[in-house]
Amino acid sequence: MRRFAYDFEKPLVELETKLDELKQLESAEKQDIAFQIKYLEEQIQKLRLRTYSKLTPWQKVQLARHPDRPRTNDYIEAIFTDFIELHGDRIYRDDPAIIGGFARLGDTRAMVIGHQKGRNTKENVLRNFGMPHPEGYRKARRLMKLASKFQLPLITFVDTPGAYPGIEAEERGQAVAIAENLLELSALAVPVIVAVIGEGGSGGALAIGFGDRMIMLENAYYSVITPEGCASILWDGEGGADRAAEALWLTADKLFKLGIIDTIVKEPLGGAHHAPALVARDLKRELEKSLKELGRTDPAELVEKRYLRLRDIGFYSQESGVAKTLNLNALTGE
Amino acid sequence: MPIGEWFNKQKKLAPGNPNLEKRAVPDGVWEKCKGCNEPIYTKELEKNHKVCPKCDYHFPFSAQERVNHLTDPGTFDELWADLSSEDPLHFIANKTYVDSLDIARDKTGLNDAVICGTGQVNGRRVAVGAMDFGFIGGSMGSVVGEKITRLIELATDDRLPLIITSSSGGARMQEGMVSLMQMAKTSAAAARFNKSGMPYISILAHPTTGGVTASFPSLADIIIAEPNALIGFAGQRVIEQTIKQKLPKNFQTAEFNLTHGMIDMIVSRLEMKHTITRLLDYLEPRGVAQ
Repeated sequence: MRRFAYDFEKPLVELETKLDELKQLESAEKQDIAFQIKYLEEQIQKLRLRTYSKLTPWQKVQLARHPDRPRTNDYIEAIFTDFIELHGDRIYRDDPAIIGGFARLGDTRAMVIGHQKGRNTKENVLRNFGMPHPEGYRKARRLMKLASKFQLPLITFVDTPGAYPGIEAEERGQAVAIAENLLELSALAVPVIVAVIGEGGSGGALAIGFGDRMIMLENAYYSVITPEGCASILWDGEGGADRAAEALWLTADKLFKLGIIDTIVKEPLGGAHHAPALVARDLKRELEKSLKELGRTDPAELVEKRYLRLRDIGFYSQESGVAKTLNLNALTGE
Repeated sequence: MPIGEWFNKQKKLAPGNPNLEKRAVPDGVWEKCKGCNEPIYTKELEKNHKVCPKCDYHFPFSAQERVNHLTDPGTFDELWADLSSEDPLHFIANKTYVDSLDIARDKTGLNDAVICGTGQVNGRRVAVGAMDFGFIGGSMGSVVGEKITRLIELATDDRLPLIITSSSGGARMQEGMVSLMQMAKTSAAAARFNKSGMPYISILAHPTTGGVTASFPSLADIIIAEPNALIGFAGQRVIEQTIKQKLPKNFQTAEFNLTHGMIDMIVSRLEMKHTITRLLDYLEPRGVAQ
């Protein structure tokens, strides 16, 4: 079976395919082949390290989009028990690009919301490639309100190329749907924990993508605009996506420097899809840790702290000395 | 003239009626209207708040012009004008972000894409903000986000009606995620303001698009659009590429937004101050109304 591979992975996949072929060979000279297999395995190990240990931002973006990458529903299944999915925005329809419902993390009852991509073409058509319409955001908002009413901590999974750019989406108010989620999230009186697991595509991600704790997988990205979009505007041409990905500081390490995220969950060499269970286990640990810390905080204090955290994001200077909040983080990006 | 008709008219004329195009328009004295292609005496245009007296076409208005137009003469006190953007990402594209900022500053005379302050609207003290599309497409980075947030906080603390005119291409790419988070920051401030019981009127001017639309401009008590303003979330080119169809003629116009229930009304710039005054008469909490 041919594995999906990006250009930068192809030499590695070629070697791996060769190895598979060798292993399947029924040969009289088993000795010779055993030697070749061993040699090839060593080469593959070296190449794997070389391919994946120093990924460029653009390569990380590609891994974040990898068709085999674990999705929100995979993490829900691996991390939580007793998931009860809830549907619909009560206005127009149920948007399959966002899923949500009650779930238990150990003994803790929680509300879970996440973008949902498909595993194959058929599923992706149903899920609209994880790009929500306004009704998806309105469903999310309904579930946020439920979480608040029943004092359930909210855990969100971010994995979307962006809010869907379409005629109907605009007709039904994509902008206002997202804006109202930002308003709701900012004042929600329960702990809000965000896990960026794949693509964090701009406003469509942000609508369920900020909170009291920001966890991000090592190869996920979170960006104000797609690298392709940025390149087409600022570099007036194609092929600039890799440069744009570099310039936008969209990777977990850079966003940690900027103070946008709090924790990075390591991924195995080659990306989360190479060892999904391991990544889910580590992510679960981080979620539990965050829940434990936030669970002790008074709801009003949570909301205040969340506000102050948002309040502090920004890099600017002010000549006069009357700054109410002169930003002291201005140099953390260095 | 209804906006739909205006657009048809514009389309008919836009590629160039040879008779009209040949008419020489000397710089400075006359200006050719982009709506009806007729020449307008520049002084007349200025006096009419940059609205074409013949076809109601709204010429671009700078942030300063908006503030002057909306507030009573001599009452506007600008705040936080000296806030100026840093370059946290050391961003370089076809030019550096630092250069883009310098060029925009020289062009507009502003430090960034928004003017904020307090002033009076027909004798009533209000908090006013106006975005300037001329400054890197009115994009929102740290400074716009911070100034808008401070303005909303000031209105909350001092119990002032809040009036913000938006005109923006979206979040500012050159500050990356820091820009995107300004959407959350300004929306969080709007959430707090909502509890103050004071009115928030949002005016959407041409164009209000991208991430900015999906934050504070859409969270007001009353949303007003200027005629022929482009208002929407996703860019038209991106939508066309995604759905592989031509977009309807009036897509994302002010009228489209009115039809689909996204805004309360379309108001000509000439009627804007009067309309806001009438609205504030209804919206001010009991006991405060003058």
